[in-house]
Amino acid sequence: MPEATVTMRVWRGDPGGGQFVEYSLPAQEGEVVLDVVHRIQAGPAPDLACRWNCKAGKCGSCSAEINGVPRLMCMTRMDTLPEGEPVTLTPMRTFPIVRDLVTDVTFNYERARQVPPFQPGPPGPDGTYRMMQIDVERGQEFRKCIECFMCQDVCHVIRDHDENKANYAGPRFFIRYMELESHPLDTNDRRQLIQQRMGLGYCNITKCCTEVCPEHIKITDNGIIPLKERVVDARYDPVAWLGRKILGRKVAPLPPLEDGPSPIHVPPGRGGGRAAATVGAAAVAGGAKPLPGESYWGPPDSDGDGTGGAASAAGSAPEDRTIGES
Amino acid sequence: MSAVETSSGSPDIEVHDFDVIVIGAGGAGLRAAIEAKERGLRTAIVCKSLLGKAHTVMAEGGAAAAMGNVWPEDNWQVHFRDTMRGGKMLNNWRMAQLHAQEAPDRIYELERWGALFDRTKDGRILQRDFGGHRYARLAHVGDRTGLELIRTLQQRAVALDIDVFMECKVLKLLRGDSGVTGAVGYWRPTGDFVAFSAKAVVLATGSVGKAWMYTSNSWESTGDGHAMALWAGADLIDMEAVQFHPTGMVWPLSVRGILVTEGVRGDGGVLRNSEEKRFMFDYIPPMFAAETADTEEEADRWYADHVNNRRPPELLPRDEVARSINSEVKGGRGSPHGGVFLDIASRLPADAIRRRLPSMYHQFMELAGVDITAEMMEVGPTLHYIMGGVRVDADTEATTAPGLFAAGEVAGGMHGANRLGGNSLSDLLVFGRRAGMGAADYAGGRSGGTSLDRAEVVRAVEEALAPFGREGGESPYHIHHDLQETMQNLVGIIRTESELVEALEALDKLDDRAASVSVSGPRAYNPGWNLATDLPSMLAVSRLVATGALNRKESRGGHTRDDYPGPDPELGKVNFVQRLGPDGSYSIDPEPLPQMPPELAALLEDSH
Repeated sequence: MPEATVTMRVWRGDPGGGQFVEYSLPAQEGEVVLDVVHRIQAGPAPDLACRWNCKAGKCGSCSAEINGVPRLMCMTRMDTLPEGEPVTLTPMRTFPIVRDLVTDVTFNYERARQVPPFQPGPPGPDGTYRMMQIDVERGQEFRKCIECFMCQDVCHVIRDHDENKANYAGPRFFIRYMELESHPLDTNDRRQLIQQRMGLGYCNITKCCTEVCPEHIKITDNGIIPLKERVVDARYDPVAWLGRKILGRKVAPLPPLEDGPSPIHVPPGRGGGRAAATVGAAAVAGGAKPLPGESYWGPPDSDGDGTGGAASAAGSAPEDRTIGES
Repeated sequence: MSAVETSSGSPDIEVHDFDVIVIGAGGAGLRAAIEAKERGLRTAIVCKSLLGKAHTVMAEGGAAAAMGNVWPEDNWQVHFRDTMRGGKMLNNWRMAQLHAQEAPDRIYELERWGALFDRTKDGRILQRDFGGHRYARLAHVGDRTGLELIRTLQQRAVALDIDVFMECKVLKLLRGDSGVTGAVGYWRPTGDFVAFSAKAVVLATGSVGKAWMYTSNSWESTGDGHAMALWAGADLIDMEAVQFHPTGMVWPLSVRGILVTEGVRGDGGVLRNSEEKRFMFDYIPPMFAAETADTEEEADRWYADHVNNRRPPELLPRDEVARSINSEVKGGRGSPHGGVFLDIASRLPADAIRRRLPSMYHQFMELAGVDITAEMMEVGPTLHYIMGGVRVDADTEATTAPGLFAAGEVAGGMHGANRLGGNSLSDLLVFGRRAGMGAADYAGGRSGGTSLDRAEVVRAVEEALAPFGREGGESPYHIHHDLQETMQNLVGIIRTESELVEALEALDKLDDRAASVSVSGPRAYNPGWNLATDLPSMLAVSRLVATGALNRKESRGGHTRDDYPGPDPELGKVNFVQRLGPDGSYSIDPEPLPQMPPELAALLEDSH
């Protein structure tokens, strides 16, 4: 009996461009896509770049596009993919390429910084808080998020529209805002910020984010739609409107978004800092300074100075791919 | 590409100066950084992966804290007693005391920072049963408590604007006359080197599991902190104390080792052998006989009434359960793929299983095609945790190397010879905070800048880059595979002198092979190179574990010697301390445990 094989067509490259490379290996029972990637690394391509941690669907590191669909490599069993056909593996399209299957997801960490933090009211007489299970369950659904960023990857607003990134938080952060909005103890009002700075209005509810969520969070139905309703209520609440009209009451001023150097450091030589640049993260902290003395590991890398790294989307992205969207 | 590429890169190394740097961004590292930052220190977190991906995220069952929300009978004294007995009395008593006393405050603090724990009917934090804990004590969120903990701490750290260096692997600590002065590492995305000068350094690097074949640990658990502490001259204690979690997945092979939470047993799940017998009743050790049910009827009544019934034997401490499973499999009563059966399907209604154990349900459904609401799971021991680690002062987490602090799994002492489930998340919080305090006090007391030893930096960089320059050496993956096989087969759950000696000989050969490893490709995000730079720490901790195991000639907790099957009361009074002297000479010595005050010792004598 001939031995069954699996064939992976893996996009390999860097911010300057790349191509597909095929690897064929003997099939093994029960494997997931990440297992095959690991066998490629242990064999023909030890330098194949791939981000992963837990290999159990709990950390959200190994997001990639498998046959064009964003999925966790560790939770996609090979026997669920079409038999006998090569499996195409590409990096998340929405984020700048670092190398091979690894993308620069700094955009998300910068967006996380802009969320005004949880601010509870005073605790009960015994110094602790009481909350009913039913009241924490809405927030708990959103807190299942493992930050795989596949909802961000699949979102039309930024997937092929880099220019929107500066004004858009994306589905992951809409559910973060909704989580805080629905937290029984929180007192911080973020509604104006969400509407005016986070681009909630850009979302036209195509539910692509919900479809790819590995935690099965109902991002659109339970997160984005209720959030849109709350934000609209804040703006068009007739009582509040009347209050403003009659009493001259003003809406609280919008908190400033931080523009200073980000505490999220990125390596100075990283190429393709697209997302980082749009949110002002490219700056290395002011404290960075070279060691005194001569340089001792060779000539400067012409691609590594940060200036040449901002590859265009067209130049750096893998070939056009389609997502199973309606 | 390959060798030519290696000589390119940034012309000068990037240097950052902070008061405190924290290496590792799991629960302990985040909590330490939060504390140091809140105390006004210039603080940075340096972590090998993206923020929020550290191994803490995989903790499932909960965080143990005697809040008494479910059983008002619970208090810190009972928690202290359970922890010490679970650790077979090898614990640092002061750490066990601080942990039991402070854990509730640390849980309530998480709630103030936005955590959403599951609730009791009257709206307080719900607590769940776990092995070795007399009362339901684990604050939890379904079976994804670690995610809740790490996300809450991550969000708090972000709100405090703590400097973060993600995907940055630290290679070595830097030392000056006054002690540890910083660290050197590289950015994984570019392969460029970076150095940090700091008045104090906190190690929070977690575990060592990736030196074994079957482990619940993620790739990051390569013992970097243990090894760096050793190289910096700090003491390590009881490195032989390694925990095999009784229930890891065993099939398919590709998922072997992935954790199945103890919460399954805490919520009523039972272990059965191939004859469907609840075999744990055959393995109740004398030490726990007085508090363990000896009939299925009493064990089943216990879930509703903890006061008048004794605990089911499935909830004995992990070392006992893991050894029992091992015996059943060796006795030919195992499951088809070399484990035993874990049965929750016949014990709880399907919707309750899905609600209380949602990620277990999905994990088995998606990875093994097993519906745990209808079928039994196949499970077996998996390397999960190391109780041994860097010796610390209980109150400040200061190591024996000045300027160096350690918290979480990398630190030793708290858990003795065996850790109770749920005590790890609370450990991270209690001692992460204390390490942040200790480091802040230390750094605050030092004036002036720290200077880095340029030669040390250059040496670390050259060592790290050496594999690129070698022609025809071995792939780091082959060496790693052979190391895992060695540790799995020779330094596993049951140990014996001849095998430990064989393991140390094998490690000598692996050291030689690692010294000639070669890698290809660019420096930017190169996993082969990254693995090559992880090998030195994995090899160092493997040697520490094997040497500790050879020297402790008794069986205690997670350390079981086939040739010394029982505990030795004299060895129960000592830590095995391993260190490198100032001249680089290695030593291992038994040293007496800290003396417990009589009022705490009295708590342990109370049998129920």
